[in-house]
Amino acid sequence: MNNEGRKTTPVTAAQSAQHSGMMFEEPLIFEMDQPGRSGVDLPDVPNVPLRIGTLAPREHIGLPNLSEPEMVRHYTRLSQKNFGIDSTFYPLGSCTMKHNPRLNEKMARLPGFSDVHPLQPQSTVQGAIGVMKELSHWLLTLTGMKAITLAPAAGAHGEFCGMAAIKTALKVRGEDRKIVLVPESAHGTNPATAAALGFTVVSIPANGRGRVDRDALIAKLDNNVAAIMLTNPNTCGLFENEIIEIADAVHKAGAYFYGDGANYNALVGRVRPADLGIDAMHINLHKTFSTPHGGGGPGSGPVVFSERLAAYVPLPYVKIEQDILSLVEHADDAAQSFGRLKAFHGQMGMFVRALTYILSHGADGLYQVASDAVLNANYILASLKDVMSTPFEGPCMHEALFDDRFLKDTGVTTLDIAKALLDRGYHPMTMYFPLVVHGAFLIEPTETESKATLDGFIATLRELAIAAKDPANKELFINAPHTTPRRRLDETRAARQPILRWKE
Amino acid sequence: MKFSKDHEWVKLEGDVAVIGISHYAQGALGDIVFVELPVVGKILAQGKEAAVVESVKAASDVYAPISGEVIAVNEALSSDPALINSSPEDKGWFFKLKFSNKAQLDGLMDADAYKKHRGG
Repeated sequence: MNNEGRKTTPVTAAQSAQHSGMMFEEPLIFEMDQPGRSGVDLPDVPNVPLRIGTLAPREHIGLPNLSEPEMVRHYTRLSQKNFGIDSTFYPLGSCTMKHNPRLNEKMARLPGFSDVHPLQPQSTVQGAIGVMKELSHWLLTLTGMKAITLAPAAGAHGEFCGMAAIKTALKVRGEDRKIVLVPESAHGTNPATAAALGFTVVSIPANGRGRVDRDALIAKLDNNVAAIMLTNPNTCGLFENEIIEIADAVHKAGAYFYGDGANYNALVGRVRPADLGIDAMHINLHKTFSTPHGGGGPGSGPVVFSERLAAYVPLPYVKIEQDILSLVEHADDAAQSFGRLKAFHGQMGMFVRALTYILSHGADGLYQVASDAVLNANYILASLKDVMSTPFEGPCMHEALFDDRFLKDTGVTTLDIAKALLDRGYHPMTMYFPLVVHGAFLIEPTETESKATLDGFIATLRELAIAAKDPANKELFINAPHTTPRRRLDETRAARQPILRWKE
Repeated sequence: MKFSKDHEWVKLEGDVAVIGISHYAQGALGDIVFVELPVVGKILAQGKEAAVVESVKAASDVYAPISGEVIAVNEALSSDPALINSSPEDKGWFFKLKFSNKAQLDGLMDADAYKKHRGG
């Protein structure tokens, strides 16, 4: 055991030579290990056997030895390398990187929400259950649906929940339908969910307008089709304007309509999914209702259900009797429920944040959320379509999609433009997704960005799009980024020969 | 060598069909980093998923251009998927089929028709 503590050694010349412009080359904490250093002075430990019960250590544990300032600086520098929505504009399409209001965080930290335990007697957490009830009420009202579960821990988990309800409903009907129809532009989670539940996925092509080919879809409907999974607006940022005809045909064939709510932020407050004929839809709270991505832990993907599926909602759910709130937790109380999806009741912290966002906007504010999200995306589309190329006719919904035809014969690719954006201080847009568009650029500004922010981004992307067409600039693009701590990474080698752990 | 509209190629070796993805397909996918091959003995139906290729850009299904039973797979691809990029129409073959319906070959394209199909 060492008694030295507080001894620091300066970084080596080789290390410091890599630092530039206050950008620090940060080694792994294990590489900073200097035996003998520590943050605190501890007294010698008398001879005690190094065993836990019958278990003795077989090898050196290898915890790194660092002084306190070294450790503080290490983690502070790592945090400075973190790029997030709090750093700058983050236009990742399909991801909805909207601002996370600080009021949400304040509310989530109230001790009545943050210090409760799911096994507490329900009489002591009436306020927390009340938040679940209130959030459920808002989500049901906004979507026009009949039943809800808050349990799913993420959007994809919500998809699983909705499709499990459909599977249960079919079982109750005594039907063994095997096929789930999924458009080819769908999020990858849709076919994955259907496959995980034992369905066979059949892909539906898009038409020339970037929408689902309605006739191709209808031609595939028969009494073996369990459901269709459709995102609206779709992953091209376009409204599926034949959705009601599609829903009618699906219902007529005895199938269910799963609506992927990933892009609900484009519709919230303006369109009720129930009115589109949707039977089940998950809501990504981090997209539409401004909770943090990843949720600081598990996320949250509540699912709403139409009348046709309401009986199969998983446990638990909130009940109110004589002003006392309770969670229905046992199948006896809900005989047709398909059971539980996870331990406990869902992500309380996300419920508080989403409800805070809803209450601070109000119904009129949420109406404006969708309008502004769509307006901002169309502003980007309109401002860049003369120098970039668009695969489909506008207007778009909440995200603007470009393809790479404007780069034809330049030798510059979508990836090169994205890397060049890094040099200009912008996180790139989503690239090469959706797959149905060649060299896609998918840009989602969200409603939380100002016109000034959008103008700055548009000016930068515009300049790059024009510069890419001049062969004299090719080297600048294909060698970008020039200003980041690491230059162009070898993604192929990283994928083919990954190094998954640090080794001495 | 014949080609499918989904960019697979088929080459006949007697009663056996060798199948892979075209030079054009590997170029469109980019650097391939992972391949999932069918198991030997599996019966594949024409047009159904037979294998998966994952590139730095995307994961894609490879479809069986004709029906048949898998009698061999190219094990070399598992350790060196780059073979698909460097030699797509030779060393980068995916699997061999004992085909069940020779007439299906007539529905595939020859090199010229395939070139037209992909717009070039």
